[in-house]
Amino acid sequence: MNDPVDVLIIGAGASGAAVAWSLADTRMHILCLEQGGWMKPSDYPSNGRDWEARFYGDYSPSPNIRARPEDYPINEDNSPIKVVNFNGVGGSTVMYTAHFPRLHPSDFRVRTLDGVADDWPIDYDTLAPFFAENDRIMGVSGLSGDPAFPPKEAPPMPPLPLGRSGTIFARAMNELGWHWWPSDTTVATADYEGRARCINLGHCTPACAQGAKASTDITYWPLALRAGVELRTHCRVREITTNEHGMATGAVYYDKDGVEQFQGAEVVVIACNGVGTPRLLLNSASGRFRNGLANSSGLVGKNLMFHPYAQLYGYVDEPTDGNRAPPTCLWSKEFYETDPSRDFVRGYALQFVRGCGPIFEAVTSEAKGILPWGAEHHAVFRRLNGHRLGLSAICEDLPEEHNRVTLDPELKDSHGIPAPRVDYTIGENSAKMIEHGLARGRELLAAAGATNICINSPILYGGWHLLGTARMGTDPARSVVNEWGRTHDVKNLFIVDGSVFVTSGGVNPTSTIQAIALYIADQMKQRLANLFD
Amino acid sequence: MSVEMILTPAQRDDLRVVAAMMIPASADHDVPGADDPDIQADILATLGRDTGAVAAALDHLARLAGKPLADLDDAARDAVAKEFRATGGAAAATLSRVVLQCYYRDDRVLRSLNLELRAPFPLGYTLEQGDWSLLDPVKARPPMWRKVT
Repeated sequence: MNDPVDVLIIGAGASGAAVAWSLADTRMHILCLEQGGWMKPSDYPSNGRDWEARFYGDYSPSPNIRARPEDYPINEDNSPIKVVNFNGVGGSTVMYTAHFPRLHPSDFRVRTLDGVADDWPIDYDTLAPFFAENDRIMGVSGLSGDPAFPPKEAPPMPPLPLGRSGTIFARAMNELGWHWWPSDTTVATADYEGRARCINLGHCTPACAQGAKASTDITYWPLALRAGVELRTHCRVREITTNEHGMATGAVYYDKDGVEQFQGAEVVVIACNGVGTPRLLLNSASGRFRNGLANSSGLVGKNLMFHPYAQLYGYVDEPTDGNRAPPTCLWSKEFYETDPSRDFVRGYALQFVRGCGPIFEAVTSEAKGILPWGAEHHAVFRRLNGHRLGLSAICEDLPEEHNRVTLDPELKDSHGIPAPRVDYTIGENSAKMIEHGLARGRELLAAAGATNICINSPILYGGWHLLGTARMGTDPARSVVNEWGRTHDVKNLFIVDGSVFVTSGGVNPTSTIQAIALYIADQMKQRLANLFD
Repeated sequence: MSVEMILTPAQRDDLRVVAAMMIPASADHDVPGADDPDIQADILATLGRDTGAVAAALDHLARLAGKPLADLDDAARDAVAKEFRATGGAAAATLSRVVLQCYYRDDRVLRSLNLELRAPFPLGYTLEQGDWSLLDPVKARPPMWRKVT
């Protein structure tokens, strides 16, 4: 029997780590259960000559392909976009591009501004101090003064270099008169808080061997552990338990030896992402909560938003940066805000990719049919390799209830827990947005002098952003958590991950997820005396 | 599992032939073909989780060919390869990938491409700053974010 704790956090990724760190100053007994383990940077792919090949195996972003012991399977047969994530201390911050934009102010007022979806119960200004705090702890590199955002404090470090690829893109966008700006990124461009500066390993997404890319195992967690938070790894939670008063009492989990355990807690915080969180809530159904925990609205698992990515790439005569630099470097917000002249509402960000390595080049261009078999193979490969430029339109996905996460009736994980099933279709507004993004992408690549244009739309393994499945709101009939992250139904149960997003915006969400987690933790601290009222 | 047990001798023969069809040796570029013994050994040694898909792809190839690929004339082999790529699905894509990923990490091939024979870490690479004056016209733009109040 484990001693009960004051706060039980489930999940040690982007949001769980931030909440653990923030709550630590209360001196409460805080425990985090994480289904994966600590990562070893010496195991990361860029340490070895097989660095690219491992992207298709044990460092695939898809949990179904990667299939590490800590991964759970996902039935995603009925979705044109497959879930990608990482399970371990640090969660998906171990395996992300470190592209770190914030949501824009307009993203919180979609109903008011554009008559679709819903407004958030909080706004950009509410989150602004938490964005800043998170930028400091994660360590953001960037450049202040972007006209696409409200004024904000200067990032702690200067931006990544433009490099050859960024310079080509910048010239093309200037020719077209489009906005662009160096991306905010959590890749350290200077030595920062114990992290060594980026040395351009290039293969950033499947974890950084240098430690220059911020993941919460090397940012928030060391701070939280030093402040007294306990982190228990290889512990997979099966369900959250409740008592006769409808309060959460703790969680049942399987420990590293596969033994079933119970952990009691006064407060439970879920931080398992937009797929893992509804899975856990739905699997915590009981006599009192027959449709799943905190699901009186019926919205747990519904309104899943992914961000469909419309990706294009082409080839220029001059050499690009290839795989020899962090892949993302710039963004453009030229098409981000609603434009009444278009046939869709809302918009998308463009993000730019410098290039790729030789194996990725060979595999993808052979699959596209532009790299032939036979005698011509060598000459064509030499024209392609090191000459690629890529970009993606990251499209705002509107919430639609039929896009959802449920429990699969048959598929189970290694502990026998029902796996999540994802049912998702791309909505009409998103489809029009994708077409617009592809047309603009072609325009831009043409301006850059690129030929052999290839398209992946949507990116099949592009379900990085798992949002909306336990949405935030003031109306218990239309939302799962209130405006400060507490579930409407269970007064000592909180959700702090991307599930609480009301709308998705058109940017990578990690910065906003973490700002929300810090905001909710701050709200909890301010309300400690009457947290359950 | 030993290398011999991963694929049957007939499958290994077909793998060698189809790999050479994908990437033949080139004297002009001073590179081996993908049927090179060292590259084939690398493929077999590292098949791992792809073994099932590659075996399925080779079975499909054998059905299309009706006999060992090596016994077909060039025209018949090309026709089989075309059909294989059109109908092989995910298994065929996996076979292509494992050939390509072993070929493009071979020292002789990387040398021919003027790529260094090393892992990215710990040396990394140098990235030039680029021309930051290109940002000047963007800095001069008025605020473009949408006001909400």
